[in-house]
Amino acid sequence: MSFSHYLVDLAKIFVSSSIINNIILIQFLGLCSYIGLTDNMSSSIGMSFAVIFVTVSSSILTWVIDHWILIPSHLQPVLQITSFILVIGSFVGLVQIYLKKASPNLYKAMGIYLPLIATNCIILGVTFINSMNNYDFIQSIVEAIGISLGYTLAMIMLAGIRERLRNSDVPQFFKGKAIAFMVSGILALAFLGFQGMIK
Amino acid sequence: MKKYLKIIWDGISPANPVLIIAIGLCSVIAVSNSVKSALLMTFSFGLVLIPSEIIISTIRKLIPDEIRVPMFVVVIAAFTTMSVLLSRAYFTTIYDVIKLYILLIVVNCIIIGRAEAFAYVHPVVESLFDGIGMTIGYGWVLTAIAVVRELLGKGTLAGIQVLPQSFQPALIMILPPAGFLMIGILVGALETYLRKKGDKK
Repeated sequence: MSFSHYLVDLAKIFVSSSIINNIILIQFLGLCSYIGLTDNMSSSIGMSFAVIFVTVSSSILTWVIDHWILIPSHLQPVLQITSFILVIGSFVGLVQIYLKKASPNLYKAMGIYLPLIATNCIILGVTFINSMNNYDFIQSIVEAIGISLGYTLAMIMLAGIRERLRNSDVPQFFKGKAIAFMVSGILALAFLGFQGMIK
Repeated sequence: MKKYLKIIWDGISPANPVLIIAIGLCSVIAVSNSVKSALLMTFSFGLVLIPSEIIISTIRKLIPDEIRVPMFVVVIAAFTTMSVLLSRAYFTTIYDVIKLYILLIVVNCIIIGRAEAFAYVHPVVESLFDGIGMTIGYGWVLTAIAVVRELLGKGTLAGIQVLPQSFQPALIMILPPAGFLMIGILVGALETYLRKKGDKK
């Protein structure tokens, strides 16, 4: 494959992971934080930055483990799940300890969301998607960036809409979480329009 | 015996993990577009939840309090691996469609939640029945949503034509947005019901 083909391929992966197969609205991963944290804008932005950082670094880590340890030793089908979740969990813990010590400001902005992330399905989901599609190192990073930007997009959209909804007259039946689900249904409908953009 | 039946019943209705506690929604929305995947998902879910609860409850006095969550995760990951390998071997066609969600059972909030809230503080037999109850509770909600979506979206049930050919299927029901809409209506109905119940008291 020539270099320009490779670049086109990367662009395809990026668009497909961030918009066409949006991780929240089309693939339904990470719904807990999506519904739980979009009550206000600042917490959804903080969570999005934490997700971007952890997704990219953990997909680098797990790619190395997958391709240098698990595949050469033929242990991939048996040990993949266990090793991925342990590595991600301990990595997130380490980052949290480091941030607390090294940069309290950054810790305040993003660190409080880190414990939530360790069991977030997006992080683990990205690593499984990478390994299922046999992506190489750069493709995995692009996929991780695309997915986390798609997550940010969906979070910020829903947070903005919910800020407006607070002042509007929602039917009694849909008060609370229900209206957030209905709104995301309509957003998903809009995102469905991107389907078939890449052949 | 009555105590055990009550534990199972708790999982089915009063403490239903999906409806009342509203956790683990990711997989419910994602695999509820066909009855077959809903059943396979319930099967794999039970295969992870029940043995994990038994093992965690067996070793609960040996686990130091500070590292209990990593211990839970290791146990759950081991059983998820088994359940993934089993589904891949025996249900290959459905597995290929929903494999991501079966792999992600390992971070399903219901399982870690039950390990922490129930298995860690209850004896083995009660944990076994709690696992069975929670699996049934998860399964019936998932299957009920799947039945509605597949019936309206395709006119079939588990791949068998049920509605007459003249029925025009509403394709939207098996596409992602309908999952959100269904859950929205369900949550709304439930909150209205709880509010009415609260008013009476």
